[in-house]
Amino acid sequence: MFLTKRSSRITLVVMALLLVMPVVFYNTGNEFYLDLATRLVILGIAAVSLNLVLGYGGLVSFGHAAYIGIGSYAVGIPVYHEFYGGFESVASTNGLFQIGLAVGLSALFALITGAISLRTKGVYFIMITMAFAQMVYYLFLSLDEYGGDDGLVIEMRSQLPLVDLDNPIELFLLCYVSLAISMLIVRTIIHSRFGMVLQGAKGNNERLITLGYNTYLYRLTAYVISGAMCGFAGALMGNFSSFISPEMMGWSRSGELMFMVILGGAATTMGPVFGSIAFILVEEVLSSLTIYWHLPFGLMLIGVVLFARGGLMGILRGKGD
Amino acid sequence: MDYALLFIQTLNGLQLGLLLFLVASGLTLVFGILDFVNLAHGSLYMLGAFICASLTFLLGNFLVAVVVALPLTGVIGYLVERFIARPLYARDHLDHVLGTFGLILVLDTLTHLIWGPAGIAIPLPVWLDGQVNLFEGVVVPIYRLLIIVTGLATAAGLFWLVNYTRLGMLIRAGASNRTMVAALGIDIQTLFALVFALGAMLAGLAGMLIAPISEASIGMGNNIIITAFVVIIVGGIGSMKGAFIAALVIGLIDTLGRSYIDDAFKLFMPSDAAETSAPAVSAMLIYIIMAVILAVRPQGLFPPKVR
Repeated sequence: MFLTKRSSRITLVVMALLLVMPVVFYNTGNEFYLDLATRLVILGIAAVSLNLVLGYGGLVSFGHAAYIGIGSYAVGIPVYHEFYGGFESVASTNGLFQIGLAVGLSALFALITGAISLRTKGVYFIMITMAFAQMVYYLFLSLDEYGGDDGLVIEMRSQLPLVDLDNPIELFLLCYVSLAISMLIVRTIIHSRFGMVLQGAKGNNERLITLGYNTYLYRLTAYVISGAMCGFAGALMGNFSSFISPEMMGWSRSGELMFMVILGGAATTMGPVFGSIAFILVEEVLSSLTIYWHLPFGLMLIGVVLFARGGLMGILRGKGD
Repeated sequence: MDYALLFIQTLNGLQLGLLLFLVASGLTLVFGILDFVNLAHGSLYMLGAFICASLTFLLGNFLVAVVVALPLTGVIGYLVERFIARPLYARDHLDHVLGTFGLILVLDTLTHLIWGPAGIAIPLPVWLDGQVNLFEGVVVPIYRLLIIVTGLATAAGLFWLVNYTRLGMLIRAGASNRTMVAALGIDIQTLFALVFALGAMLAGLAGMLIAPISEASIGMGNNIIITAFVVIIVGGIGSMKGAFIAALVIGLIDTLGRSYIDDAFKLFMPSDAAETSAPAVSAMLIYIIMAVILAVRPQGLFPPKVR
């Protein structure tokens, strides 16, 4: 059963710690750790969404940071127009509208770019997803009205029923619940018939096609779901940082998301979350030690790729599990 | 219409295209023969520029510095091949991407440690620093002409190398069937290292050529590498001819798009709408073209015949 697996027990413990510790720290006056945990959980959602296509689908998307950007700007731009006028039809501080916009636009972008990218495979797919993400990056870089290179301060957080996002605890809890739900969604998807086809196509696409499955459509659907989820994470990110800039969707951000998935363990439920925890903690520790922290960080990345296959989940599972 | 400006912009586009070709040719060569995705190729471009900058100050002459810096970037390429790329050849492309992504962080930070955070401008020799009056109303910096001539000469040299020399024959043979080439008694490991070093030198050369114009700076490679990816995707990954044609087309479209798209838009929309939408469209132009080409030909314009 579920709890008899060592990895499942560890999953529950880590998820519980992830919920309790930040709240305890916050109430004892360490607000910094709650901020850290909120960022970590939001990136966790993005990594979970990427894992659906990268881990289970075998589709190496190097452009998922674009959805974080689209999601954040879908919060920032309506607020900007609400405060400074112009573009009446999108001006709003309503969180449900903003989140709907973030998810809808991300899904649309995933549908269009996915329809083109998925016609190719292998290295082409990696580079094309990266190039499309870079296209969005340059688009927002060129939009001077929304700050261009300098970015845009979001004057007001999304107004939602029941939760007040200006309260750090409530923001964290919303993000945490969203993470748990997105993990459940991905888990449900991969155990469904749809998910079986998606994973089957990763193993042997030709065989699935011969069996009569239109794997292109399955993959495109998974890609759109993944993009929409990541766009939602972006909307949370915009609310968390109250600031958006094209930098948050640069291609190194996409690389970091990919690394979180691989570090934690691709194609596992908990892997992306472990990956984002490890990533953020290491980043935090190293960057507090030296301004040259990218050097040990890069070496660690190379080391993980060369020597630690299967990621943290692979290590946790050990043998015979 | 201002034909002098059009001519100058075309030259600028040609210059960008040739620099893109130098970067993209190394990428496509390494991918074609080694089946290896090297994200850190842009870092080699950056290192070329920095090494050349230091040598220019040390030796007192930019051109001498380029000649000395080229083999040095080749050596760095060899080291990257030996210690990072070689253990990854047997892995999938995802591992290539992640490993070389880590390498970018390492190389960028090392550059920061060695040369400091600020960019370095490279002074040109006096005779290269001037301008030349090509014809009525068209004044072009001599150095830009030198970049174009160097780019064309390197492209020609590369075509000769790949198509008419023994090394080129081995490269082409390795690209179509690695195992067979190894079975015929060719030291494939050395061949791989040579190809990698050659790619590094080409990227380094591009960095050295651009440095006197836009200075050597950290992260300079991370911008051009994406455009170089677009070039090899459009041209067909692994194809030298495709890389050359796509690089020139992308270079010209990008440069001319940035200068003329607002004028083109004003023909069919109000002036202020054109002013606001033109920068956004010209920033996305090459990606839109990439998308259109891929929608029609998913394998690029000139996919290599055997893979």
